Amino acid sequence: MNWNNDLFFQALPFISKGIWITLSLTIVCYVFALIFGFVWTFLKRIPNKAINWVVTWTMEFIRSTPPLVQLYFIFYAWPEVPYVGMTLSPFTSAVIGLGIHFSTYISEVYRSGIESVDKGQWEASTALNFTTKQKWTKIILPQAIRPTIPMLGNYLIILFKEVPLAATIGVVGILHLAGDFGSQHFRNIEAYTVVALLFLLMSYPSALLVNKLEKKMNMKFDKKATNGSKTLNDSEGAVS
Amino acid sequence: MVDTVTSEEQTANVNKGLDPIVKYENVHKSFGDVDVLKGINLDILPGEKVAVIGPSGSGKTTIIRMLMTLEEPTSGHIIVDGKNLWEMEKNGELVPANEKHLRQVRGDIGMVFQHFNLFPHMTILENCMTAPTHVKKMSKKEAKEQSIQMLEKVGLGDKLDNYPNQLSGGQKQRVAMARALVMRPKVMLFDEVTSALDPELVGEVLEVIRDIANEGEMAMVLVTHEMEFAIDVADRVLFLDEGVIAEEGPPSEVIQNPKNERLQTFLHRFLG
Repeated sequence: MNWNNDLFFQALPFISKGIWITLSLTIVCYVFALIFGFVWTFLKRIPNKAINWVVTWTMEFIRSTPPLVQLYFIFYAWPEVPYVGMTLSPFTSAVIGLGIHFSTYISEVYRSGIESVDKGQWEASTALNFTTKQKWTKIILPQAIRPTIPMLGNYLIILFKEVPLAATIGVVGILHLAGDFGSQHFRNIEAYTVVALLFLLMSYPSALLVNKLEKKMNMKFDKKATNGSKTLNDSEGAVS
Repeated sequence: MVDTVTSEEQTANVNKGLDPIVKYENVHKSFGDVDVLKGINLDILPGEKVAVIGPSGSGKTTIIRMLMTLEEPTSGHIIVDGKNLWEMEKNGELVPANEKHLRQVRGDIGMVFQHFNLFPHMTILENCMTAPTHVKKMSKKEAKEQSIQMLEKVGLGDKLDNYPNQLSGGQKQRVAMARALVMRPKVMLFDEVTSALDPELVGEVLEVIRDIANEGEMAMVLVTHEMEFAIDVADRVLFLDEGVIAEEGPPSEVIQNPKNERLQTFLHRFLG
């Protein structure tokens, strides 16, 4: 079987129509994961052993089961669950499934960001008599968010590459359209090449961007980092 | 190098006959199985300068960290200006203090840390202004004026817009002092504030503390290894050993004429 250029250029516009769905599913899943990740982080910080145990093992369970299995469960099995079960659209199922799965990873990113803030920052803000809310908003979060930005960017790219899983439950993204195209023409090579190409075109620049962001953040953070026992004898050049 | 002030002059600074601003009543503290403090009884008078000395691990820092509410005592009471710090009354019973109660009482206390703990994402001026504006609800203008005044006092009036990482250790520590002072505490705690500094930067920090001490109205508790400085500034020196106050008195007695044998050995290492 030979490569067919004409078919490739037919497939390109046909499959590209799915980009919008693939991208919007990525964004919606990501926002869902960012918010839900915050919920996990918050729950894990509750100083109660029972709650902590339940939250830890729930997260562990979600992380150790494949996202594909979770998608199948939500789409096919959830409607059969008594009382709470309901039928969800493929898109909604994908948002919940991938969103929750990724939220457990995002939550770890938040946790590492919070823990990267020196204990002394908490103590200083206690000594200055800030309220708990002020400690978070004025002192801790402004320092905790910065180092998480590159990691959050990486998870966005990873999530983007997992989104085609949603094709298996009928979300009509680029992978799904490629399948349609392939069965219409009894040839798959051109269609799936288009898919690979589209993903490459979207992922690679994003990866470069995240890399750049990471370097920039590291640089900034090194410059701003202080509070260690290490002391500088002379003022350094001004940070612009 | 250090001008020595006689103990008579020092005791004259203390407002005798006043109610203590801080009172420790049989305070114990354990970390797990380790008993760090085994019954501390201590009165600190308004305006009094107390130096706490002792070997590392003797619980010096723990004493002031409990007063700053960074560490909770295992038992005993700490009274600040007549108010029980770690307990509050609820339906006629003493219950452990909640955050609201702690905030009310610790407003009188300020602290300077060994590792400065400046806020790295704020300029020097913002470091000083943030607590007055957000905690004391001072107007921005007023907070700024007072912060600048305090920063000038510690000799950093020309660094207002710099970030902490652009300063030397000694400068950072002076900012930390200005930041604490601008809150006008009645008691200021100094936790080995020169220990993290390069030797040549210690002097400038001690100089500022000495200036603050000479103003008199604020009580100060200094955990320190600088014996000559303690002699110079303190009205009273506590020697802490194995979780108890093993000896206390004016510096002329405790440091220059120690009775306790372990204190003598301890001082030997510092004074030769």
